[in-house]
Amino acid sequence: MAISKIWVYAEAADGEVSNTTLELLAKARDLADTVEVVTASSDDITASVGAHGATKVLTVPGTDGKLVGPPVAAAIAAAVEAGSGPDAILIATSYDGRDVAGRLSVKLDAPVITNVVDLVERDGALAGVEPVFGGSTNVITKFTADKVNIFLVRPKSFAAEESGGGAAGAEELSVPDLGATGAPSITNRFVEEQSGPSLDDAAVVVAGGRGLGEKDNFELVESLSKLLSAAPGASRAIVDAGWVPYSYQVGQTGKVVKPTVYIAAGISGATQHLVGMKGSKNIIAINKDPEAPIFSIADLGIVGDVHKVMPKLIEALQSR
Amino acid sequence: MSVAHTGGACAVCYRAVARDRIPSMNVVVCVKQIPDPADPGSLDPQTKTLKRDGKLILDESDSYGVEMALQLVDTAGGGEVTLVSMAPNNEVSGLRTALAMGAAKAVLVSDDALAGTDALGTAKVLAKAIERAGDADLILAATESSDGYTGTVPEQIAELLNLPSVTFAKEIAIDGSTAKIQRQTEAGYDDVESPLPALVSVTAGVVEPRYPSFKGIMAAKSKPVDEVTLGDLGIDAGSVGWAGGGQEIVEVTAAEEREAGTIVEDDGEGFNKIVDYLAELKVI
Repeated sequence: MAISKIWVYAEAADGEVSNTTLELLAKARDLADTVEVVTASSDDITASVGAHGATKVLTVPGTDGKLVGPPVAAAIAAAVEAGSGPDAILIATSYDGRDVAGRLSVKLDAPVITNVVDLVERDGALAGVEPVFGGSTNVITKFTADKVNIFLVRPKSFAAEESGGGAAGAEELSVPDLGATGAPSITNRFVEEQSGPSLDDAAVVVAGGRGLGEKDNFELVESLSKLLSAAPGASRAIVDAGWVPYSYQVGQTGKVVKPTVYIAAGISGATQHLVGMKGSKNIIAINKDPEAPIFSIADLGIVGDVHKVMPKLIEALQSR
Repeated sequence: MSVAHTGGACAVCYRAVARDRIPSMNVVVCVKQIPDPADPGSLDPQTKTLKRDGKLILDESDSYGVEMALQLVDTAGGGEVTLVSMAPNNEVSGLRTALAMGAAKAVLVSDDALAGTDALGTAKVLAKAIERAGDADLILAATESSDGYTGTVPEQIAELLNLPSVTFAKEIAIDGSTAKIQRQTEAGYDDVESPLPALVSVTAGVVEPRYPSFKGIMAAKSKPVDEVTLGDLGIDAGSVGWAGGGQEIVEVTAAEEREAGTIVEDDGEGFNKIVDYLAELKVI
């Protein structure tokens, strides 16, 4: 199936289109002649996505205070049914993105290729590149059925780039009756206080793992982060243990980060973690186990006790 | 409205209602049995999918859903927890762990034709297994498995069953026929309310999964596991497995290696190496 039209599911907050959306637009432009976006956002994003190559914004109306998965999937499926759908749709691996992809997959009875970090052409079809085993191996998968290709793409897979395009046109998609699936409502939104930079944008990330020993020792990670204007992160092990919230998690599950410097404190480097931080420019690891897998990718590795190395490091930086 | 229905008299109404209500909550939990993550995985050279031979264990991600289900049933004061799972080889060892934690029974779908089933196929099978498990007020799943992590199955099941769903739940409370959920977001969390029945996927670390007691482990051995085939569920074998996938792995390649750098033993001055390196990178 030739790819001529790609839709990108666009997410926006407070009028700003997410970075991941812009990354997907850059790749979509490489692959298809026509790139359009579908969004549940009521913000006017025609100028920003237009500048990144989208020619049309297709808005799914009436999603305020609602979970977006069911209405967006239903609207896209209806468009596909009516013959105005795309050849492929790119969706970011986000909380809402996965809801949209899962619902849409069932509506179109089409599989989803997930965890995609690159898109390539194979035999005239689109194929997704997915890293496995901590990123040591890439698996390339294509669709075999003549259906809309649904890809769930990991953030930071591509570089966002302006195309110089003008504002996109605007249209509304119609949403069929959702029945019970449209019932959940959002009654309140809580924004967690965040003092430093976010994991997405930080130039430096300091992440802690099980090697910290106990919850209270995560303070070492927080202190070092403050000194370096870094974002604190965590391995899955200590998120599962309830030391820090899920939003701190770096890895296959959780955030993908690509900072200039990544400092892993007491993290052994399970494959699930490596996938999320392997793209960092410089990696520093502190771990007492010389055999820890994290050392195989570290630019600087200190084989030692985090409880000794971290306090000294913090002290040295404070006195600078 | 009569005077009798205001003030303290309402408490009488409430008590009357409460007495009539049968406090009960049936929860179905989707669980996956996976190869022990402590063993390094490998791809089958022929089929290019994860090898799943060897003993399977309960996916740790699922232990949170099982714990949450047990707590919700406890709070309701009645009802039971039923597990649904799918495995190619009648494997039950992971299910026994969850039964030992306190689940009452399980539905296990086992069929040779399941080999190679993708996320959508898995959702189709689990949706049928959930229907077979009986009337559920709530269906719980992990946000994603530890070995496959596609993260789409819960939402696909919800769509197949035409149910509302809330993914990435940090907390669930039941208020009558409504589930009140804190859902993880990029910025923090949303309070979401959904009518029951509903499907909810829970993030790890939100509850402390209990360790099975000795009594629980012994009791689990005699708890019913309803082992069914695709045929029993009315699923056409061609719609799942390799044939039903609709996708094909065309290539497996080694990813670019990242070279290891300088590794030094901490002699008490290791922190200085980090300070120097950070200075060299102009971070400080």
